[in-house]
Amino acid sequence: MNVKKKEHEPLFSAKNLKLLKDPLSINNPITVQVLGICSALAVTAKLKPAIVMSISVMVVLAASNVVISLLRNGIPPRIRIIVQLVVIATMVILVDQVLKAFVYDISKQLSVFVGLIITNCIIMGRLEAFAMGNKPWPAFLDGIGNSLGYGIILIIVAFFRELFGSGTILGLQIVPKGFYDFGYENNGLMILPPMALITVGVIIWVQRNRNKELIEER
Amino acid sequence: MYSNGYIFRYAAIMVIVAAALLSAAAMLLKPFQDRNMAIEKMGGILTAAKISGVEKEETIAKFNKYVTDAIVVGQDGKIIESLNEGEKEDGAAFKLNMKEELYKKSKGENFELPVYKVDNNGEIIYIFPMLGTGLWGPIWGNIALADDLNTIVGVTFGHKGETPGLGAEITTPEFTEQFIGKQIFDANNKFTSIMVVKGGAKILPQKQQIHGVDAISGGTITSNGVNDMLNNVLESYLPYIEKQKKDER
Repeated sequence: MNVKKKEHEPLFSAKNLKLLKDPLSINNPITVQVLGICSALAVTAKLKPAIVMSISVMVVLAASNVVISLLRNGIPPRIRIIVQLVVIATMVILVDQVLKAFVYDISKQLSVFVGLIITNCIIMGRLEAFAMGNKPWPAFLDGIGNSLGYGIILIIVAFFRELFGSGTILGLQIVPKGFYDFGYENNGLMILPPMALITVGVIIWVQRNRNKELIEER
Repeated sequence: MYSNGYIFRYAAIMVIVAAALLSAAAMLLKPFQDRNMAIEKMGGILTAAKISGVEKEETIAKFNKYVTDAIVVGQDGKIIESLNEGEKEDGAAFKLNMKEELYKKSKGENFELPVYKVDNNGEIIYIFPMLGTGLWGPIWGNIALADDLNTIVGVTFGHKGETPGLGAEITTPEFTEQFIGKQIFDANNKFTSIMVVKGGAKILPQKQQIHGVDAISGGTITSNGVNDMLNNVLESYLPYIEKQKKDER
């Protein structure tokens, strides 16, 4: 047998690691690509739903990235968006059904997120931009990386919104009771959706200020 | 490239595979899901009655132990069926579909509602399941009244998909514990229900403070839904409550 063995790229080559790292900073899905803003507003009033949402998006994004990447050579380009949507929706409903049957408590927390995951544009964005043209393993890493980038922003926003809006972190009282006696009040505006947008805006501002690469040339 | 025939075949096969996968999953998992929902329902009833330690494995046993009577009442307050022994979940009360019954009520037809009697070490508690509408979908709950059928012992709420962190906060202890000790009848024995108001009981006149709880900031429509649900559903139970009160005297 003289078949020359094709050289394999190591699993965590520099190129693959870049797929994991870039979405965390210079190619963040929320602050740089400005995708998935809708769900970032909806679920960040408290920290816990934000964490649950991040994990759910990670599972769905990684799995559908792999599935689309496996199918990529057979998908007719004219109906590729429909195919992607079917894969995402099937995946999400399947996960939801399994959770409902075996870990009912978690599925109750996820209830409203399920719909939000299907419509999360990060997922379709990554399927279209990456999974359609790459092998399953890089597609998997890309999915994990992007959902981490998404999750980090969600968690940062939710942290500040819960701290200033409710005085708690993960439901635990952080602002001492004494503060309230001196006239401190929770900021009701923080738990309303507009403040999520403003918080995301502040994060984008800080990030661009520190990373000049991100500033567009006139 | 790809012919139209290929595209059609591809789409057809994809849809059939996805449909088959989902139907199979739904069918196979249905018994487990129904079981979880029944257990959740029992847990809600027990939690409203302040019976602690309702862990998943013990819920069924505790439900059968503490619930002494699962009653179906008609709109005139008459007891239609009463199951006071054995597996309470097999009774008509547990299987009653609140949604259908409340729909019948809205159309002016005859309806039936479930009531559970709990005996918590000698303390008799009446539990009335409720169903209403929130912002995005149905909300439901259980309200537990003490022996006097006036003072609230505890409540639980559940929801299909209220906004997390806002409307969904109705399930938290911070919200539900406000109800404990509140009363649904005023001093003249007139039904007042419980008002869910912005600012809480303290903004109400002195006399009404015992009938009010604080709504959830940012969850106005859900809070209003809870308010209306309490009003509507407790009203439907009034004939039964009045009848029970008379019987006691």
